[in-house]
Amino acid sequence: MAMVDEPLYPIAVLIDELKNDDIQLRLNSIRRLSTIARALGEERTRKELIPFLSENNDDDDEVLLAMAEELGVFIPYVGGVEHAHVLLPPLETLCTVEETCVRDKAVESLCRVGSQMKESNLVDSFIPLVKRLAAGEWFTARVSACGLCHIAYPSASEMLKTELRSIYSQLCQDDMPMVRRAAAANLGKFASTVEASYLKSDIMSMFEDLTQDDQDSVRLLAVEGCAALGKLLDPQDCVGHILPVIVNFSQDKSWRVRYMVANQLYELCEAVGPEPTRTDLVPAYVRILRDNEAEVRIAAAGKVTKFCRIVNPELAIQHILPCVKELSSDSSQHVRSALASVIMGMAPVLGKDATIEQLLPIFLSLLKDEFPDVRLNIISKLDQVNQVIGIDLLSQSLLPAIVELAEDRHWRVRLAIIEYIPLLASQLGVGFFDDKLGALCMQWLQDKVYSIRDAAANNLKRLAEEFGPEWAMQHIVPQVLDMINNPHYLYRMTVLRSIALLAPVMGSEITCSHLLPVMVTASKDRVPNIKFNVAKVLQSMIPIVDHSVVEKSVRPSLVELAEDPDVDVRFFANQALQSIDHVMMS
Amino acid sequence: MDSGDGGEVASAAAGPPTPLEWKFSQVFGERAAGEEVQEVDIISAIEFDKSGDHLATGDRGGRVVLFERTDAKEHGGNRRDLERMDYQVSRHPEFRYKTEFQSHEPEFDYLKSLEIEEKINKIRWCQTANGAVFLLSTNDKTIKFWKVQEKKVKKISEINVDSCKAAGNGGIASSSVSSGSKQFLANGDCSDPSYNPLSNDLLFPPGGLPSLRLPVVTSGETSLLARCRRVYAHAHDYHINSISNNSDAETFISADDLRINLWNLEISNQSFNIVDVKPTNMEDLTEVITSAEFHPTHCNMLAYSSSKGSIRLIDLRQSALCDSHSKIFEEQEAPGSRSFFTEIIASISDVKFARDGRYLLSRDYMSLKLWDVNMDSGPVATFQVHEYLRPKLCDLYENDSIFDKFECCLSGDGLRVATGSYSNLFRIFGCAQGSTEATTLEASKNPMRRQVQTPARPSRSLTSSISRVVRRGAESPGADANGNSFDFTTKLLHLAWHPSENSIACAAANSLYMYYA
Repeated sequence: MAMVDEPLYPIAVLIDELKNDDIQLRLNSIRRLSTIARALGEERTRKELIPFLSENNDDDDEVLLAMAEELGVFIPYVGGVEHAHVLLPPLETLCTVEETCVRDKAVESLCRVGSQMKESNLVDSFIPLVKRLAAGEWFTARVSACGLCHIAYPSASEMLKTELRSIYSQLCQDDMPMVRRAAAANLGKFASTVEASYLKSDIMSMFEDLTQDDQDSVRLLAVEGCAALGKLLDPQDCVGHILPVIVNFSQDKSWRVRYMVANQLYELCEAVGPEPTRTDLVPAYVRILRDNEAEVRIAAAGKVTKFCRIVNPELAIQHILPCVKELSSDSSQHVRSALASVIMGMAPVLGKDATIEQLLPIFLSLLKDEFPDVRLNIISKLDQVNQVIGIDLLSQSLLPAIVELAEDRHWRVRLAIIEYIPLLASQLGVGFFDDKLGALCMQWLQDKVYSIRDAAANNLKRLAEEFGPEWAMQHIVPQVLDMINNPHYLYRMTVLRSIALLAPVMGSEITCSHLLPVMVTASKDRVPNIKFNVAKVLQSMIPIVDHSVVEKSVRPSLVELAEDPDVDVRFFANQALQSIDHVMMS
Repeated sequence: MDSGDGGEVASAAAGPPTPLEWKFSQVFGERAAGEEVQEVDIISAIEFDKSGDHLATGDRGGRVVLFERTDAKEHGGNRRDLERMDYQVSRHPEFRYKTEFQSHEPEFDYLKSLEIEEKINKIRWCQTANGAVFLLSTNDKTIKFWKVQEKKVKKISEINVDSCKAAGNGGIASSSVSSGSKQFLANGDCSDPSYNPLSNDLLFPPGGLPSLRLPVVTSGETSLLARCRRVYAHAHDYHINSISNNSDAETFISADDLRINLWNLEISNQSFNIVDVKPTNMEDLTEVITSAEFHPTHCNMLAYSSSKGSIRLIDLRQSALCDSHSKIFEEQEAPGSRSFFTEIIASISDVKFARDGRYLLSRDYMSLKLWDVNMDSGPVATFQVHEYLRPKLCDLYENDSIFDKFECCLSGDGLRVATGSYSNLFRIFGCAQGSTEATTLEASKNPMRRQVQTPARPSRSLTSSISRVVRRGAESPGADANGNSFDFTTKLLHLAWHPSENSIACAAANSLYMYYA
């Protein structure tokens, strides 16, 4: 055992802890691997640290995950790009572990290292690594190989390229579904590196194999790759090869496959061009919008805006809009909810006339939906419609919906609508707000649920920011201050909270003239909880108000509180007093 | 439905196979005479892995015990080579204790004021990787994913900082399996903030610091370590009765009395409800789920059985919530034979797919039934297991034995089926066409001790017109051939057939008996 000089002691401990029994200490050391590497120097990092890591790879998964991550950015510490290949052996072993997240991270790091490596090094060490993994005995290695081929391929020789393509094709037909899933998931990436001539022959046949796999999970991933693959092919080939597959998939027996199609379809529209979109994809999409399975309709409804943005407005109005109308009265609330969250985006696409004529009735019916989620989703995107048709047309139906949500018996719904009040206020304008919503905002301050009262206080602050202190002075402050006389201390607490939030927005003058006197009175409350909260609020006011005011009214109140019989009140009062002293000192 | 035709091929091969002669192979945890069985030691689950090289048992104490096959490995070298040399022909599977671990602990659900037993209800093996074995185990509420792996015990022989100096207790880092807390103390210095000035700006000489060295590790012997990788909890309101892996090696299901949930093995915080038979009003409840299993090859098919004696086949492709089945298998009861017990004894306690996925085996209180998934009009064969108990149903109801849940299993070649009974007996039937094989064995070192002497003769079912329907089983009286009366306290509920060989593992209380033929 060596003795280490004092200044090196911390780094020595760090190195020793690579092998500590405590996993937290090992993790800590691994996370500081770059520090260790710099302490050892580049050469010893290459010759000692990296082999050490390669040998000690049966650690806990958490440690391995951290190691895989660190090694991805380790090139500078081993002496730069020329030496990058020394990082491959430890990452290769990490590519074979059983835990998926470790493998994924190792593959990611290998890709990162590989993409910086010199071409000759790639050929000498990276490609053999990929080949070894692809021939691995356990599926774990073969899964990792799928994610590395696209890094290896571009720098390979003609012969090696042929070999890599055949390796990938074998991976697509592996016995293990996990390997086929990995192959399907990475097909798009690999295809993007393959030359156009092989794309049509080799890659398309792999793709076709995967689309006919027995396992639904493999086919699902094949669908996911459709769009990426389609974008690589030129439009005719895409129409020839991908389009029939996706149209087929859109009528697959498995709802999960159709669900994937629903999510992917709009991306394919760009790849195939306008005409096939009109003849094939729009009908396929319409079918999916009317699918038997609610899950599929949910996915399809969620993409309605994206789809409409890509196809031309006429097609959208002619074919998609009727389906949207049906979906707005779908039997599943989740479908309506998904539709409500995106339908606002259709307004700019369709233009003002079509929106007023066709979309507005749908908005309105969704706004009256029996499920609060649906209504909330419409309200949350209100700014988008406002831009197209103006708020006047909507406001009539909007108000009842808001009021109903504001009084919903589920507090989470009430909470959600409170969050949107500032947005609504900015869209509706002061006049409308004063008339209809002001009272609601005050009502929430006296809600039975704490979270609602808290959100209501926050809401007041945001409204004051939106409409300015003068407006707040008229419409918020008096009402709030009135409530300080509420017999229930919890409601008085809400007032304190509102004052604390409003004070910075209202500014020094109003705080001194209106808010501070209320606080001084409240400091004489009989409930200790109120009193120590007063102390806290007073502390928060110190930076806002003038120094003389602090001395004249804040400090006397706090001094009095500091002698309170309750220990908590004294504590917070003293804390506030200290911070006054602190401000004075600086 | 498309399905393998392995069963057909097997049964078409030149007449029925000759009856097997079963021999005792091994016993683990055998009870000495007069020894009392501890409740926690009673085995509650048995499962072979896919290769048949491993066997797992779970018990009421929440432990999982693993056994590994020794006969093939003993000769050293590659298993594949040995198989090529046909070594196994002359040898029957032999297992040895591998390791055990505490899978579940007793818990208390404070919200519902419910005790949660640690008893292991089911074990299922998952895909092996890198020599580590993986399995799922479940009690009533919580499913756990375990990884059992050999770990080298490491000794650190050289480090930078003399730990004597740091800790003053002279202990060099002990083996890596020892508890971490002591070690943490030993390295107390490093958690001292004054020793953490390692900011990244720290300057090191370009050649590094030569006095620093990496710890030198010498690896010692290996030891098996079981680690719980994931816990799938809080998804079941009722008791979990089955778990089953999908052929995609990515998902599995768990079934309780009223619901079946679908999980991804890698995601433990969410599952999807795929079957829900809970009526809106619990008073309308007439039927519960008793067992569920995925099809061995079709990733979208699963079967579940009910307390009313029906088996439903569902197709996950059809819809997200599979409340409607694609096929239902149930036998119409003979009119007039209805009694108070009809529904209780019709309840299916276990359902299993044959390896090719073409046949389904179900066990109810009285019988084993073999179903062809392509024929939902009735079972292709019925084997009477407990027919002699019919006069005693009243007593059995009174002592709750009528609710015992016997498991069933099929041989890997699909030619035979087996299930347990009382008095530690289990029965094996040949189900190939024309087979009359019906054997009763006792879970003891001498399995043939209580062998029923007269071989059962197949009798045509009176009610059914299907030619292949066979009704078989010894209609023995309340006492067996040796005049012993049946003992309802010793019941053989759990048994498993080796996936590729004629070898059966069965549990008699706390003992695991293995037989071969």
